[in-house]
Amino acid sequence: MSRPELVAPPEIYYGDTEAKKYTKNTRNQQIQADMTYRALELLSLPPDEPAFLLDIGCGSGLSGEILDEEGYMWAGVDVAPSMLEVALEREVEGDLFLQDIGQGFGFRPGSFDGAISISVLQWLLNAETSHATSSPPHRLTRFFTTLHSALKNPSRAVFQFYPSSDDQITLISTIAQRAGFTGGLVIDYPNSNKAKKVFLCLMVGGGGHVPKGL
Amino acid sequence: MVRLMTHNLLACHAKGCTTNNFPLALKDVQIELRESDFNPDFLKGFLPKLDWPALVLAARQLGDETLPLQQPEMLDDEFLKNLHHVLLEIHIEEGSMTCPNCAHVYPISNGIPNMLLAEHEIG
Ligand SMILES: [Zn+2]
Repeated sequence: MSRPELVAPPEIYYGDTEAKKYTKNTRNQQIQADMTYRALELLSLPPDEPAFLLDIGCGSGLSGEILDEEGYMWAGVDVAPSMLEVALEREVEGDLFLQDIGQGFGFRPGSFDGAISISVLQWLLNAETSHATSSPPHRLTRFFTTLHSALKNPSRAVFQFYPSSDDQITLISTIAQRAGFTGGLVIDYPNSNKAKKVFLCLMVGGGGHVPKGL
Repeated sequence: MVRLMTHNLLACHAKGCTTNNFPLALKDVQIELRESDFNPDFLKGFLPKLDWPALVLAARQLGDETLPLQQPEMLDDEFLKNLHHVLLEIHIEEGSMTCPNCAHVYPISNGIPNMLLAEHEIG
């Protein structure tokens, strides 16, 4: 089976049927939940302080439900209307936006205390049209630059994603650094094909070590 | 759903639109009120992020006159409860947000603002 991001752009791939199927699949729910908890751990927010988070590619709200349970306020963006509709049906608490992250954000400086993103970054690596501004480097640059500005200093953004090559990792890391982020990869269970998970842990305002993988 | 909490953080992100691009002007809005848990610590932490004049303007436009024009220094319970209501309990369900600079219209439908730009508007 091909990776979804190679089949079609996300707003097409996750049509009504696929959005419902993805959300109802209990295995997806469990994996998504585990990765959300791990992303929150890697965010290492100050304990006992309320936080306002951005869920990048919030989809149908599987991560959002966990943010709700954990007592975080959040806003979520996603490019697939069908996924957002499912999120509305599931009555998540966050504010939802229909947005293509490759076009960049308009959030004012310092809006968010942190950001998480589960299984989304790989979608930015595929060009959607032949137009010059749609190339992956352009899209990644707009995304990371405007995200960096939308985050408060200091804070973190943690992305779980599925890179398909080292070149992709280099491209993403280089552009994130150029946008002002520090940080790096956290790889959990690197020796297990099944359990291996890749997280990009980015920091605003320097400082802090990249956490160790499990 | 979009609330004044996020409306207050949102500027226009169209190509070249970097000045006078905030706040986005609310038009033809339909609102719904939904109760939410009062969390004074969250509100106190959120205050520094707010553009106060823009918040008061938006709240009054939606018919809520409880916030003072000047942000008070004393954060008493009554003020925080009013702020809680304005930021978190007023949901904009339908309408639009227009950029004061480039006039791009971001429509809001079923509580979700459409932030997508056309090809020529992408920076
Ligand atoms: Zn504008």
